[in-house]
Amino acid sequence: MEEKLFLLGDEAVAQAALDAGVSGCYAYPGTPSTEIMEYVQASRQAAGSGVVREWSANEKTAMEAALGMSYAGRRAMVCMKHVGLNVAADTFMNAAITGVNGGLVVVVADDPSMHSSQNEQDSRYYGHFAQIPVLEPSDQQEAYNMVREAFDLSERYGVPVLLRLVTRLSHSRTGVRRQPPREQNPLRLPSDPKQFVLLPSIARRRYRQLLADRPKFMEESEREDGHNSYTRHEGARRGILACGLAYNYLMENFPGGVPYHVLKVSFYPLPDKLIRQLFADSDEIIVLEEGYPFAEELLLGVPPRTEPVIRGRLDGTLPRDGELDPWLVGRALGLGLEDPEETPGLAVPRPPSFCPGCGHIDVYKALNVAMEKYGTGRVFSDIGCYTMGALPPYNAINSCVDMGASITMAVGAADAGLVPSVAVIGDSTFTHSGMTGLLDAVNKKSPVTIIISDNDVTAMTGGQKPAGLGKIEQICLGVGVEKEHLHTIVPLRKHHEENVKIMEEELAYEGVSVIVARRECVRVVAARKKNKKR
Amino acid sequence: MKTDIILAGVGGQGILSIAAVIGLAAVKEDLYIKQSEIHGMSQQGGEVYSHLRLSDRPIHSDMIPLGQGDLILAVEPLESLRYLPYLKKEGWLVTNTSPYENIDNYPDPAQLFEEIRKLPHHLLVDAAALAREAGSARAANMVMLGAAEPFIQVSDDHLIAAIQELFARKGEKVVETNIEAFKAGKAEAEKER
Ligand SMILES: Cc1ncc(C[n+]2csc(CCOP(=O)(O)OP(=O)(O)O)c2C)c(N)n1
Repeated sequence: MEEKLFLLGDEAVAQAALDAGVSGCYAYPGTPSTEIMEYVQASRQAAGSGVVREWSANEKTAMEAALGMSYAGRRAMVCMKHVGLNVAADTFMNAAITGVNGGLVVVVADDPSMHSSQNEQDSRYYGHFAQIPVLEPSDQQEAYNMVREAFDLSERYGVPVLLRLVTRLSHSRTGVRRQPPREQNPLRLPSDPKQFVLLPSIARRRYRQLLADRPKFMEESEREDGHNSYTRHEGARRGILACGLAYNYLMENFPGGVPYHVLKVSFYPLPDKLIRQLFADSDEIIVLEEGYPFAEELLLGVPPRTEPVIRGRLDGTLPRDGELDPWLVGRALGLGLEDPEETPGLAVPRPPSFCPGCGHIDVYKALNVAMEKYGTGRVFSDIGCYTMGALPPYNAINSCVDMGASITMAVGAADAGLVPSVAVIGDSTFTHSGMTGLLDAVNKKSPVTIIISDNDVTAMTGGQKPAGLGKIEQICLGVGVEKEHLHTIVPLRKHHEENVKIMEEELAYEGVSVIVARRECVRVVAARKKNKKR
Repeated sequence: MKTDIILAGVGGQGILSIAAVIGLAAVKEDLYIKQSEIHGMSQQGGEVYSHLRLSDRPIHSDMIPLGQGDLILAVEPLESLRYLPYLKKEGWLVTNTSPYENIDNYPDPAQLFEEIRKLPHHLLVDAAALAREAGSARAANMVMLGAAEPFIQVSDDHLIAAIQELFARKGEKVVETNIEAFKAGKAEAEKER
């Protein structure tokens, strides 16, 4: 019998990549994708076969390294959360043009309902944009199986392949059957030495190749034994198109079988032939999909078709935003489900908060005092545990947009005359995308004060090793921050007065100042103590 | 056979250990299982929950459908109420009574208990006291697992074996304490029902 493991969706993807002969796994942490890399890092199998598995500085560097490994003929996987693909988009779009040599699988975990994200963008649009195949598993076993297929597709057609996950699949655990592991690819250069040189003349040729391969992707999409399957239900007038995870919510509502025509979609481009059949058989089609109404819009076309009637998120049959669940799907299908009980008012929300003793707290306490004379509305911040400084009682920050935006937004606001402008950024966020903005600031002698709140880990996502560990001051000096305006402080209550004073002095300086506030994450300290005791 | 359990608590209270024990035990019984977890942002002293589904037939949704849960198993009383929309009318709410008060507007615990007592099927357990008796206040989550045992169709032997497996790394003493806590919780539930 094949071995069965009890795995999270993320872990199933990781195990599948190892079994499929991946040589390198590249990633920057981000919920809900983080556990893929963590699993690979903890895996003995990965250690034994020398799989490369260190965190990268950001998603773009991760994707580039993965592309480099693919160039050298070996299989590579790169993993990130949905917004990470924005950062890596330049590489991603151009990798569709260069094509690949060793299989390249891009795993992106979307977060509909924004459980821990700034938006709920849908990565299927990126796959569509890049014109490459997209696989979207409906459960953890499919996720496992699809990883190997994604590598095979990638090598067969010479393109990167996108695997789209969503939170509920990534973070749900179930039994997953393994396939026998296979060997890694040997080192082998691309047969065309110019393949990866995207000079316009070559890029045009490569792009035409990608376009010429479109019909092959459609063939894959329409394959009888493929991932899109159509089941007719004799006599039914209603059809359902169910993508990825949403298929489970449909099935959950019909334990005895679905009394409609069902087109299950787990592979994009959408299968023209099967959709034509669905159209011919149905008066009404309900589209079930996690994320944006991607398939629904394509089905509707321009101008929106009226026959068959297309229902889904756009006509209010389902909510326009947020994730689906079995109840929402059941209600959309008119199953007469009762309204659920309401949560009693007594059960007040318990929002996330700083851990007791967290260094970020002391940073904000000092900053709030130092900012008193300038008033509120001048502090740009970023993404990480320190973003909780936006909540009461601190109310200390005025922005959180994308990784690294604090420094550059402060520069822009200072350009507009908001002097001083302040940035508060974490260490991992700084090396992810803050360093380049710091260079802009230094080059313009921008009157900004930048606080790097450094806890020696990437805390928000669970304590991964940050890329700039032990190098933050050197980086700042290297970029050109003046020595006199670079300070390292310890955010502790006993240093409060002193820290306020340093902040006040630097706020008064009309040039770039950087204050590194360094104290180790209290969780890391606690975990270390606990381990020692054992 | 199908059991849908909503586990609820505050980040750090060990609800994922409860889920892991039931999960391991269910695997031993060859049941189908899906366990959805909350990771990331919500862990910092915030609300944490997990949906645990056991069945002898394949399970489709990772999420328990609203209004269909058989059991809410909570390690904190306020959190036990948060997921009521998931509980079916004749479902059970089993909760620890010790409040975890890390918010300013935490309601009066007496009011919470009153609300819980409105439910037709509820069980309030002083898990902290039972855990201390068993040897460690930190085993309160296993007391709660024990208290829920009568509602989970997985055998005791498999649950205990799973506790052994899960805590084996931490040494004999910890394993014993957790098994004792489990038994104490179970005895309490049998007394109350
Ligand atoms: C492009 C992108 N990648 C990843 C994330 C997920 N993410 C949010 S905060 C964070 C880490 C922040 O670490 P750090 O700056 O060190 O702050 P800390 O949480 O340690 O305070 C990560 C990885 C994201 N939101 N956007």
